[in-house]
Amino acid sequence: MFDFDFKIVTEWLHALLTGVMPEWAAILTESILVALAIITLYAVFAIVLIYMERKVCAAFQCRLGPMRVGPWGTLQVFGDVFKMLTKEIINLRKTDMFLHNLAPFLVVTASMTTFACLPWNKGAQIIDFNVGIFFFLAISSLGVVGILLAGWSSNNKYSLIGAMRSGAQIISYELSIGMTMLTMICLTGTMSFSEICAQQAAEGWNIFRGHIPAVIAFVIYLIAGNAECNRGPFDLPECESELTAGYHTEYSGMHFGYYYLAEYLNLFICAGMASTIFLGGWAPLVIPGLEGFNEVMACIPGAVWFVGKTFFVVFLLMWLRWTFPRLRIDQILSLEWKYLVPLSMINLVLMALVIAYGLHF
Amino acid sequence: MNFTLFVTALLTGIAFVAVVTILAKLISPRSFNAQKEEAYECGVPTRGRSWMQFRVGYYLFAILFLMFDVETMFLFPWAVVMQTLGPAGLFSVLFFLFILVLGLAYAWRKGALKWQ
Repeated sequence: MFDFDFKIVTEWLHALLTGVMPEWAAILTESILVALAIITLYAVFAIVLIYMERKVCAAFQCRLGPMRVGPWGTLQVFGDVFKMLTKEIINLRKTDMFLHNLAPFLVVTASMTTFACLPWNKGAQIIDFNVGIFFFLAISSLGVVGILLAGWSSNNKYSLIGAMRSGAQIISYELSIGMTMLTMICLTGTMSFSEICAQQAAEGWNIFRGHIPAVIAFVIYLIAGNAECNRGPFDLPECESELTAGYHTEYSGMHFGYYYLAEYLNLFICAGMASTIFLGGWAPLVIPGLEGFNEVMACIPGAVWFVGKTFFVVFLLMWLRWTFPRLRIDQILSLEWKYLVPLSMINLVLMALVIAYGLHF
Repeated sequence: MNFTLFVTALLTGIAFVAVVTILAKLISPRSFNAQKEEAYECGVPTRGRSWMQFRVGYYLFAILFLMFDVETMFLFPWAVVMQTLGPAGLFSVLFFLFILVLGLAYAWRKGALKWQ
């Protein structure tokens, strides 16, 4: 069994640091280490995701994608990052300067804080509140404020329309995200991510435990999550043929880079939540009755399981994005309000019935 | 410890944006041009201001969202204790859900969900 609790490492580090320095200095050092870890992971996953998106997109369109810069174009993303860093940040004359510069802070902070909620392994989780899911929903809705501010402060009609569409779409689909999470909380009986994962490691993945309602919730979550990230058939806020670039039309250089970064990381966070809540997080796949298979699966470290499942969901979302044509705003809103909200409410009642009569596994 | 880490994550986001913006401003070139500072509007000057009154459709959806989001917030504590409550917990919350659905049905009937 590869049942490594990452808490051993953090507790060892804490003991080591408190041995050589006072309590406050130890906590400060740990906070700086945590901050460095967040930034490193954030940057690494952004680069991996952007490369993956280009390659997946190319494969769906029968192209090769980036091939020139480095072997198989692996250095293309690094080139793009440096290009973005060395571009001038243009300050327009008629914008609301304060709000224009504040917006990227909100978007990046929201996505970094939710990124810190992800459970990577047993004990390897940065923020672990007992109201984890609630906290996650609360912080992730900070991002939409940044998007609305970006559109409003730009003093550009394209940006304004893009931001308004984005706002309407994100807040609408947030309902479905909340409802599907509510459905799964009924099953788990806890909102803390670490407890949800530990429970799934002991009793099997939630998507198997909750069978029919859990599968419906998973599908609704994938659709709503794709809309929440402004991607796929729901990329109305920045549909390039009619709104140039939507709410970030007036952002240049690295200011635009933050939105790009946050967009890809939001995709990863959305997929990470799906893998935590539905697919077991860091829990290995266990099939009752196949002891040998279970032993082999248990040898794979939890972090590998988590990242593997997350990238599986990311691939599903990219598949969705590059397969379907873009919807209209009225179609998007009626899909949410007339189909997904009633469906997820019925699903919630169904799950409650399943739980109340002990029909789950 | 959790709140320390929460504040750390928040400050990390803020510091990341601040440091990278300063870095970008330091190493990026700078040029001044009256045309460059115009808002992007397909090559023609902007007509009027862009801070104007906006269609009410978005507002209606925001109001509906507010109603539903607050009501789902009330459902979270129920969901956590659902397993211990059993069937009684389900039937007592069904009334609440019924009122919620009634609200949605009213908005639907009144045409608030129709984009016009």
